[in-house]
Amino acid sequence: MTGTDTQFPLELNQPRLSIQKPEPRYDKQGEMADTERLDRAMRGFVKDFGATAALYMESCVHCGQCAEVCQYYVQTGDPKYTPIWKLEPFKQAYKRETGPFAPFFRLFNLKRRVTVRELEEWQELIYDSCTQCGRCTMVCPMGIDIASLVGLARHGMAAAGLVPHELWATVERAKREGSPLGATPAVLKDRIAWLEDEHSVEIPLDRSQADVLMTISSIEVMKYPQSIVALARIMKRMGASWTFRSDGYEATNFSMFAGDQQGQREASLKLIEAAIAVGASVLILPECGHAYQALRWQGANLYGKPLPFRVLQIAEYLAEGIRQGKLQLQPVQSSVTFHDPCQIVRRGGATEAPREVLRALGVELREMDAHGAYNWCCGGGGGVVTIHRADPLRYKTYQIKMQQVEDTGAEMLVSTCSNCRQTFDDGQAHFHWDKTAQSLLELVADHLVTEQE
Amino acid sequence: MSTETDLLDFARGPALEAALIILVFGIFWRLVGVLALRRPRDLSEPRVRHAWLGGVRTIFTRMWPRREFRPRILHWEMVSYVFHIGLAVVILGLVPHILLIRDITGLSWPGLPTGVITFAAGVALISLLALLAHRATHPVLRRISNFDDYFSWLLVFTPLLTGLMAYYHLGGRYEDLLAMHMLSAELLLAWLPFSKLAHTVLFLFSRGVTGTIYSRRGAQI
Repeated sequence: MTGTDTQFPLELNQPRLSIQKPEPRYDKQGEMADTERLDRAMRGFVKDFGATAALYMESCVHCGQCAEVCQYYVQTGDPKYTPIWKLEPFKQAYKRETGPFAPFFRLFNLKRRVTVRELEEWQELIYDSCTQCGRCTMVCPMGIDIASLVGLARHGMAAAGLVPHELWATVERAKREGSPLGATPAVLKDRIAWLEDEHSVEIPLDRSQADVLMTISSIEVMKYPQSIVALARIMKRMGASWTFRSDGYEATNFSMFAGDQQGQREASLKLIEAAIAVGASVLILPECGHAYQALRWQGANLYGKPLPFRVLQIAEYLAEGIRQGKLQLQPVQSSVTFHDPCQIVRRGGATEAPREVLRALGVELREMDAHGAYNWCCGGGGGVVTIHRADPLRYKTYQIKMQQVEDTGAEMLVSTCSNCRQTFDDGQAHFHWDKTAQSLLELVADHLVTEQE
Repeated sequence: MSTETDLLDFARGPALEAALIILVFGIFWRLVGVLALRRPRDLSEPRVRHAWLGGVRTIFTRMWPRREFRPRILHWEMVSYVFHIGLAVVILGLVPHILLIRDITGLSWPGLPTGVITFAAGVALISLLALLAHRATHPVLRRISNFDDYFSWLLVFTPLLTGLMAYYHLGGRYEDLLAMHMLSAELLLAWLPFSKLAHTVLFLFSRGVTGTIYSRRGAQI
């Protein structure tokens, strides 16, 4: 992916423009012939193709159940949003080029050659209308992990320069500046100094040694700086030796969403190297769903060896602190419903930790009808929230979430992902809804038992 | 000897042998072609040890949809179950089938009364017709279906139908009908490894793999 796209300049701070007229827009990066684009897409797709992905490609029985649990199909009734259909060109290419019966398929031309035009058309299906939430994985009678296949398809699309413009530009900015939202090391230092001053807390930065390397999502730095203050208060109470590092703080990994593997690896390596440099035994990931997916489950594989430290999402760290008696909390006099971030819970396995923290807060937990591994996505994951033209569709899917929350009758909505949080904020403003998603971390910080001395 | 008997002999002899050879080698080829690909070790720290147990568990738990999903899928899931059970009863319960299986594998078990078999075959045929109508009318299924889906349907439907016709001597001489039945079943066996029908084997692997990956993460699956 080279060169900046002058046709659609990125203005992240401008009002969001979501009209699709005069016609749907297919974004392209770089100049290359169609044949090369196609070739790159297919090579990018099969590059990390192992037995697992091939097995999935072989296994679909076309039962259509995945559509019935996908927020995009459920809300639109449009069959093109059937999860497995989102992979159709790649499935076709697999059967024609690499599957066990590929020569047979080629000989009789049973699977046509995929065209660039098709890939362009599929851009909307692979990016705008899939948050990689993985709900389809939970229903598939063959157990196909469709979300992981979408991830592979995105590798192909990124290699071919077929990424939706805003997502691509977000990634480019992250690679250039170290943060997708402009939270450069200088901005981070500034913010920290300002927050320390404003809130009279100590926020360690660039210590040479620490037990805990703290990382942050730039969404928090730019939109929810109070989260950083909350962190500092809690870490102080827990008596932890910790630090932020200006050479490894950005936990978001939009490259992963775009399918840019090189970028994904580089972003993860920064964190890994910073943790090793300070001799950390624990690296804490912030309230950010995909950060957990990127580092907790994919980090070691991109690094090439097991990580010499533990990786915990902040809710897991808080739950440990509560279990060890390092954190005493005042009860929250409120009924709460918890929104499970897909990448932390369904696809990450940290289902219990946030609930443990909520129990310690003494809330009346009112679970949504479908929760935990079966939760509905907020609609903003997978990089979808960055894609402006996807907004109308995203608001449709968001309505499921609003209804779910309303049905619980809980007074408070809590989650532990700042990407979900900004999706909730945006949806709240759009629908003039009276519910605001609260951060679990900030809720804990606001209810620390006051010290006696 | 009439040509019809020749046909039956062909169906009982070389055709059956060929179908079984294609079946076994086809499945072997497909499985090896997939499982021999790269399987890089997952270097992330597992949350749960012995995750493969979760894989085995998933093979069973994925037999029935979760409560959260039932309202939208359970009705057709049940039709599909009725078909699968009906088919299994016919294949494994009819005495001549058991004798054939005994000849090939040496395994044997008691058969079911023919009334039960007829009922099961009828139910399987009707549910198959319902599933075809569903596939041909539901927008999602129309979109994602291809030649494999319809051809495989036909190859499952035909032996069931010809089997019933042969048993009740409907529409032709018994030998002809039996030959048609056997040949159509053999075509089904030979087609199976190359088609979606291979899910009869693949489901073990795909469920097992996903179950293992998710269990390793401590996630529900």
